[in-house]
Amino acid sequence: MARVPGLVKGLGVTLGTLFETVTKGANTVQYPHEKEAPPTRARGVIALHEGNCTSCMLCARSCPDWCIYIEGHKELAPPRREGGKPRQVNKLDRFDIDYALCMYCGICVEVCPFDALFWSPEYEYSEPRIADLLHDKAKLSEWMETVPEAPELEAGADKKKK
Amino acid sequence: MSGASLAAALLAVEIPYWGQSLLRVLGGTVAVLLPAGTIVYVFLFKMMSFMQSRLGPMEAGPYGSLQLVAEVGKWLQKEDITPERADARIFRLAPIVVLVSTFLLVAVVPFGPDAWFTDFEAGIFYALAVSSLSVLGILMAGWASANKYSLLGGLRAAGQLIAYELPMVLAVIGVIIQAETMNLQQIVVAQNAGSIFGFGGLGNPYIITQFVGFVVFMIAIQAELTQAPFDMPIAESELVSGYMTEYSGFRFLIFFIGEFATAGVFSLIASVLFLGGWGVPFAWFGWTDVDSVADWMNLVGPLIMVTKMMLVAFVIMWVRFSYPRFREDQLQKFAWKVLIPVSLGNIALTSIFKVVM
Repeated sequence: MARVPGLVKGLGVTLGTLFETVTKGANTVQYPHEKEAPPTRARGVIALHEGNCTSCMLCARSCPDWCIYIEGHKELAPPRREGGKPRQVNKLDRFDIDYALCMYCGICVEVCPFDALFWSPEYEYSEPRIADLLHDKAKLSEWMETVPEAPELEAGADKKKK
Repeated sequence: MSGASLAAALLAVEIPYWGQSLLRVLGGTVAVLLPAGTIVYVFLFKMMSFMQSRLGPMEAGPYGSLQLVAEVGKWLQKEDITPERADARIFRLAPIVVLVSTFLLVAVVPFGPDAWFTDFEAGIFYALAVSSLSVLGILMAGWASANKYSLLGGLRAAGQLIAYELPMVLAVIGVIIQAETMNLQQIVVAQNAGSIFGFGGLGNPYIITQFVGFVVFMIAIQAELTQAPFDMPIAESELVSGYMTEYSGFRFLIFFIGEFATAGVFSLIASVLFLGGWGVPFAWFGWTDVDSVADWMNLVGPLIMVTKMMLVAFVIMWVRFSYPRFREDQLQKFAWKVLIPVSLGNIALTSIFKVVM
């Protein structure tokens, strides 16, 4: 008999939620018809800023799933100053992320020393074919448009620039 | 044409015996399937979702009202698989045994002064006897599946259903003593024509005078229906749906219909036994017995029955969605050490009152 007040309270919770849902609406949203805006730092998809990438391979090596594929070659660029010798630069040929393998840990974004990888909150990129989840350089660069402005950090600190 | 004369005209029509039988079969099917569908949509789909602060199915039809049609369509398309090592004939027969017990159960439920399928003298005795048939079906399913989960689920179901059959029967005995009859129709009449200590304005619905019996009966049917918190036999997180593990396609559908159709029929029986069934208190209209009840009650009675059934089913489902599952030993202890002594005490008290008053 000592358990009866608790049992009644339990019934009260469910009935209360019932009335709350009927009068104030549910906590859920009807997804395809209405959408919730994900928070700005949500891990939706990884975007690539191609110009910043030096194909240093740090992201590919740190990826726990080995889902980043990078190929590049060295090229000679014109010297910075008159009379200098031509510079050697790394040219990016291929930068693919296989989102069928990616587990959204974000280590690649953290480890990138040149700010070439960014999180975007975009999440609607499912595909009927699993092979189409391999996003290539062009597609990863397109995601850059959806990357939000980095949040304000403490005073005096540098913001991550796009 | 007014409702009363329409009912009189309907009752005046002479129907041959085969026609009556056909009508009874049709009526029985409607009386089993309609409450089942209503309970699934209103309570299982919608009320449970609201209690969890979500909307439930919304896509099929307005507010998801056609979801059930979609689900049935889905199940009918699925392959009917019989496991290789299963006892095929018994495996296929089991869900039908479960559903048949529900159909047999509704046969004795009265829906109005003349709207009954059979006016059976030992009605409630028959109903309690037939309801135990479903245990047989569940045991058959559990054993014939050749699966350890199914076997455990079937054994748990057998243990539970037998344990809770007793308090259910004992709770009903209080009603039988008070109504002095086992005929469900006469139990309805006794409630609506009765009086509580001389006050007859409400009749005598046995939920008031047999409140202990009502509570025991509700707990027992909760367990008989294997609804949470008594869903040990189909515990999906430990037994992968128990005796239903190996079933697929329309045989799973039959188990599913059986579960909620039985919930509907047990709600009907509970409202007959404790809430006054199809009747309104006879004193309101100056009726004295079942023969003086107006003919229009044959049309209004079923509606009153369905309303009361929905009330009882609401309580069953409300409890189901609110409480976590019992442990197996707690479940057995609760039946044998609490419910059975309480209902025995209830019988003793009722008999003393019956003799003294």
